[in-house]
Amino acid sequence: MAAITYRKALNDALAEELAHDENVVIIGEEVAEYNGAYKVTEGLWKRFGDKRVLDTPISEAAFVGLGVGASMLGIRPVIELMFWSFAFVAYDQIVNNAGCIRYMSGGLVNLPLVIRGPANAGTNVGATHSHMPESILASNPGVKVVCPATAYDAKGLMKTAIRDNDPVFVMENTLLYGETWEVPEEEYLIPLGVADVKREGSDLSLIAHGRAVITSLQAADILAREHNIDAEVVDLRSIRPLDEEAILQSVRKTHRAVLVDENKPFCAVSAQIATTIQGKAFDDLDAPVMRVCSLDTPAIYSPPLEKLQLPTLERVVEKALSIA
Amino acid sequence: MHCDVNTMNTPATIRASQADVNLRLTAEEKIGLLRQMLRIRRFELAALKHYQAGIHMGGFLHLCTGQESVAVATVSLCGENDHIVAGYRTHGQALAVGMTMNECMAELFGKATGCSKGKGGSMHFFAPDKNYWGGHGIVAGQTPLGLGLAFALKYRSAKGCCLCFLGDGAINQGVYHESLNMAALWNLPVVYIIENNHYSMGTSIERSSAFKECLAARAEAYGIDWDRFSGEDIYEVRARTWAAMERARNELRPTVLQIDTYRYYGHSVADANAKKYRSPKEIEEYRRQHDPLMLWQRRLSEEGVVNDEQVEAFDAEAKTEAAEAVRFAETSPLPEPEDIFRDVYYEVDRQTQAGRAGTFFFND
Ligand SMILES: Cc1ncc(C[n+]2csc(CCOP(=O)(O)OP(=O)(O)O)c2C)c(N)n1
Ligand SMILES: [Mg+2]
Repeated sequence: MAAITYRKALNDALAEELAHDENVVIIGEEVAEYNGAYKVTEGLWKRFGDKRVLDTPISEAAFVGLGVGASMLGIRPVIELMFWSFAFVAYDQIVNNAGCIRYMSGGLVNLPLVIRGPANAGTNVGATHSHMPESILASNPGVKVVCPATAYDAKGLMKTAIRDNDPVFVMENTLLYGETWEVPEEEYLIPLGVADVKREGSDLSLIAHGRAVITSLQAADILAREHNIDAEVVDLRSIRPLDEEAILQSVRKTHRAVLVDENKPFCAVSAQIATTIQGKAFDDLDAPVMRVCSLDTPAIYSPPLEKLQLPTLERVVEKALSIA
Repeated sequence: MHCDVNTMNTPATIRASQADVNLRLTAEEKIGLLRQMLRIRRFELAALKHYQAGIHMGGFLHLCTGQESVAVATVSLCGENDHIVAGYRTHGQALAVGMTMNECMAELFGKATGCSKGKGGSMHFFAPDKNYWGGHGIVAGQTPLGLGLAFALKYRSAKGCCLCFLGDGAINQGVYHESLNMAALWNLPVVYIIENNHYSMGTSIERSSAFKECLAARAEAYGIDWDRFSGEDIYEVRARTWAAMERARNELRPTVLQIDTYRYYGHSVADANAKKYRSPKEIEEYRRQHDPLMLWQRRLSEEGVVNDEQVEAFDAEAKTEAAEAVRFAETSPLPEPEDIFRDVYYEVDRQTQAGRAGTFFFND
């Protein structure tokens, strides 16, 4: 196994799927000649040409909607949003068209479409560019949402998303693009809706998605080293479909859960997890379900302050200790 | 890309210099325009240096270096009822409206003394007391705000207009077209200023926009007047922008202006490809032949308004001011962690009755 970056893993997934299926097309701002604002699509235009990899004007509503329309005829568009924050410009296309058309057609119309791009805060780009829309988008039945935390997951989930026959939104993270993980040479797919226990433990469950998984793993190390607490880390990987069984299994084992979530707390992904746990594993709990979310305001620019806004290692450890 | 921009002393620029709005300029005001441009350039160079040092600043830094004349010339035409709203490449407009280097630099450093208390960053400057309504990070997101400012002016029967700046790439957002339609339909005093620096990130206008004559000409479909001219000559920008502003103020009619200009640096300081999608030769040519600071300086010395020594002194002054702004920013305090929760809601900040009922913030 070679260690590759999260960025390269995504790039490999895209290249493999472009080669695998001639209906796959990559569309977005600066994805072709510029090689992608964050270089995720590097080299693809050169290798696959104008027909398969297309630069767009700054017209998110149009090119996202174009992707939905093209998917009706069996094209498999992979639409890049330079930031998921720009999804709001295309919100109608995403929610009404991608989200509702299949249902409204009584299942006659299928939309095998992927929208992907980074969806994270923590890079001091201000409130307009730091949205994490996984919770609000996952609240729309009809769409799927995945948030890979490692290069391995990024590649496997991206490939599955492209082969999936429903709209799948892949939310990446600019802070992870440069991080490396072991990724096998041979082809693999990761099913949507299957969580991954990233660290086994018996005392407490840290349940997270995206970069919060990395924070949780670091917190688990500290809990083990300094507090003799054996935390399990469950990576949801997929938000909708959600692996409820994996969450419940972990909680039944540890009887304690801290949900680590970079979302703003109101109706966050973790709010949904909390309701799942209290509804389905209430009797297994030895402590209330706790959350560590982003501080509940628009993203602040000031770099030292924004660090505090996201779930910090300290806050996760502290919250774990409060119920351990 | 070739530079089809006017050079000095063509009939057009001579005409522009004789426009009323330019004949009215005193020597001191002309020098003021030069000093503003020098200040913007020195401010941005200082910001660039500190961004690259990588200690205090984060996020993006979009420099308008090369485009200074557009901000300075247009803003110089604004009176007390004229308002401004812009995109994220906004340091030029911000300094031109009279924001201090200190508050702008401190904002870049994320300090509590910044114009937005360290909350907005480079893309999100604001100074409502100077009729400057930001600083907006979403491409074309400001275009309906310009419409709204114009609506409010008309509603209050204030004789003024709104200058709404956008990039050449922003014209392809739907909301811009919706705004144009409403501006024409409701007779709103808004002037859209397309700052055409020929690229949106790495995409040239030819690769991003379908157009017949020029980008501004799309206005014709809405029955809106438009004009296109070079941004390198202050007289020309003032004369032709003034005509649009007067149309807005006196006749409540919108205008679209395309002002051709050029940015010397990458899209943002993080633009890794800044010299790939355009040739270094192209950049050099603009710098050497079309630099708006150089051209204005030359014109003013031809007019006998300034000499080289004076210009050097002004430049040194601007450089010192920028260095002092850096010092101010460095030594300013950061916002306190509690400040994160201020400025979200008016009612909560002031603890009014409305701000005390119900839960506003949902922290763990
Ligand atoms: C809705 C939206 N899409 C994409 C972006 C990313 N982005 C920021 S600036 C930019 C290019 C804009 O170019 P232009 O309008 O020509 O302005 P310039 O940068 O040249 O001043 C892009 C694609 C954004 N901020 N907002
Ligand atoms: Mg541009």
